[in-house]
Amino acid sequence: MTAADLKKGEKAVITEVIYCDLQCKLLEMGCYCGKDIQMLFKAPFGDPIAFDIDGYTLGLRKEEALKLIVELK
Amino acid sequence: MSNSNNLDEQPIHIVLVGNPNTGKTTLFNTLTGQNQKVSNLPGTTIEEKKGFFIEDSTKVNITDLPGTYSLYPNGEDEQITTQFLLNHNANAIDAILFVADASNLERNLLLYTQIADLGIPTLIALNMLDMLEKKKIDIDVSQLSLSLQSLVNPINARSGKGISQLKLAILKSKMAVQRSFFAPTEEQNKLIAFNSETGTPYYKWQSFFSKFKSNELDNEYLTIFKEIVPFSDKTIADETSNRFNIIHEIVVESTLKKEFNKKSITQKIDSVLLHPIWGFLIFFGTLFVIFQSIFRLAEFPKSWIEALFTWLTISLKDTLPDNTFSQLLCDGILPGLAGVMVFLPQIIILFFILALLEDSGYMTRVSFITDRLMRKFGLNGKSVIPLIGSMACAIPSIMATRNIENKKDRLITILVTPLMSCSARLPVYTLLAGLLFIQNTSALIDLRGLLILAMYIIGFIVALLFAFIFKLILKQKQKSFFVLELPDYRLPKWRNIAITLKLKTKDFVFNAGKIILIVSVILWFLASHGPSEKFDAIATKYSTYNGVDKELKIQSEKLEASYAGMLGKSIEPAIQPLGYDWKIGIALITSFAAREVFVGTIATIYSVGNTDDKSVISGTLAKQTNAQTGEKTYGIAVVLSLLVFYAFAMQCISTLAVTYRETKSLKWPFVQFLYMSGFAYLMSLIVFQTLK
Repeated sequence: MTAADLKKGEKAVITEVIYCDLQCKLLEMGCYCGKDIQMLFKAPFGDPIAFDIDGYTLGLRKEEALKLIVELK
Repeated sequence: MSNSNNLDEQPIHIVLVGNPNTGKTTLFNTLTGQNQKVSNLPGTTIEEKKGFFIEDSTKVNITDLPGTYSLYPNGEDEQITTQFLLNHNANAIDAILFVADASNLERNLLLYTQIADLGIPTLIALNMLDMLEKKKIDIDVSQLSLSLQSLVNPINARSGKGISQLKLAILKSKMAVQRSFFAPTEEQNKLIAFNSETGTPYYKWQSFFSKFKSNELDNEYLTIFKEIVPFSDKTIADETSNRFNIIHEIVVESTLKKEFNKKSITQKIDSVLLHPIWGFLIFFGTLFVIFQSIFRLAEFPKSWIEALFTWLTISLKDTLPDNTFSQLLCDGILPGLAGVMVFLPQIIILFFILALLEDSGYMTRVSFITDRLMRKFGLNGKSVIPLIGSMACAIPSIMATRNIENKKDRLITILVTPLMSCSARLPVYTLLAGLLFIQNTSALIDLRGLLILAMYIIGFIVALLFAFIFKLILKQKQKSFFVLELPDYRLPKWRNIAITLKLKTKDFVFNAGKIILIVSVILWFLASHGPSEKFDAIATKYSTYNGVDKELKIQSEKLEASYAGMLGKSIEPAIQPLGYDWKIGIALITSFAAREVFVGTIATIYSVGNTDDKSVISGTLAKQTNAQTGEKTYGIAVVLSLLVFYAFAMQCISTLAVTYRETKSLKWPFVQFLYMSGFAYLMSLIVFQTLK
């Protein structure tokens, strides 16, 4: 599953960052393999989505969240 | 002050580097206090913040660089930081002060490891220890120093805790050395071997990479680089992953998480402020409160300023001999200045509220909830901050678009930002709104406030409309994305806000004041002088006339015959369809220096042709009638047509200049001027012709 599939409050671990234009940017923002991720809330109409990445809040568009492969904790 | 004259040591130059939202600006303010100024980076027009402090008779100069997450830039502001550090020799940097947010250490340390590898002496200031306690995380600072092999200084930039020790550490920062984290790949090594600059291997790699990105690489090197380019994204991704592996171990060694699951205060506030329904309602409620308070709160200081200028004008007229100088002062300069200075309270309140929203962390939430909507119009959630900031002034807002990574999103934001109603339009709107609605302080809702809110909303809607048009016209080269940190909510740091307000107010009073002063003097001259044969003819015409209104008639005929009158009359055919006469024409022409000049111009023009001592302009305007038709000059149709014209027309040379600077092309300011002014003319024409 991807981070975009997480339901509100669900916690997971990032297992892969799919290779794309944004791979570097996502890594720099702390989304790398092994990181804890929690879905916090969605903006109106479900996009963008806010995640807790190890203690800070990161907003990502849905298409960007699709690049993060996660495993439920 | 006497201190600076007998410093026994060479000054030290350090730069502040760190992620955004780490309290870097607060630390900068705490370190430098009032000793700071904003200037342009040498050779560019990019703003840089500089300051200094003196400790132990050594002067320490500090440059605050834009916050960035990595040395590989994603946007223009991040590029500034990378370029500045790569040119550290030319920029004479002695050391780097790296500001790290303790509550989010791993992500912060990524940039630290990159900077450490550049080989410039680096110190770490570990900030926000109070937030750390709330999040129930404990950091072993000495263990962290040991693992990073760099001096870590725990501080609290807000309370000032740890600052004196940090200052002492800065004095010795030149000697700092740190461990390396960079493990180059085979390809990177090949490139590094070719680079003959002096520096660490990572410095050489970064220097290569940035030259490649900005197309400055020599052909010889380009061939070598191209062998690696297909992998360059992967090279960087691998490098970043490697760094995080090392960082993760270090952080695990030196932190002890006590409790993680507890919902933080920020998350609790967000569940209300970002609620799909409440979120939007709160946002619009906030805007409503802003516009009401601009009027309610500003009322008192505004009336004091008005009273001051009236008193000044009357007492000067009484005491000074009636000569050219006193006429210039009382009819030219004072009404011009008064016309604009009365709006100072409103502008300060607006800047204050915007600084409050920005400083508390709410502004990024607005970006978050509006991204999807903005995307439809070819913009980005990050466009919202420039757009809202543009309610104060388009100039800093256009510069604030630098953090929009996508070039097309950024260009569109720059092009439409000046359509948002800025504080320079506020005096014009207020004056015109006063002509439509009589002031009624007992009413629950101030109608003028409501009208002006409507003007701001119309500006926003038109900005979206043109963004959409530009989205269809302009070609997309790069994928648009939105990766945004939502920082923790914080109580605003009053000192930061006070410093911002002071700088902005000073800027408004001196820069706007200067223009207004010059324009008032020129206008007064043009309005009170004219071809002498015409003036003589008027004098002869009335020499036998003995009515009570003799003086008044002479004055108004002289104004019409004056140079200003001729100027206004020359553009009258073009503006007559919009409902404007030649007097408004004069104000339109002078407004092209800056919009707020409209008010000063109108004040000057009407006080030249007016014997009334009243300095309240709207009262004078309401009484004006058209000489031919006897109708009110400022009827509803004319006032609305003027409102619309000022809302949309591009009448700010400084904005055009900043658009040129930021887009590095003459084409875009030209496009901006044409589409805005053309649209303004068209809309005013429609409004006047339908309502007249």
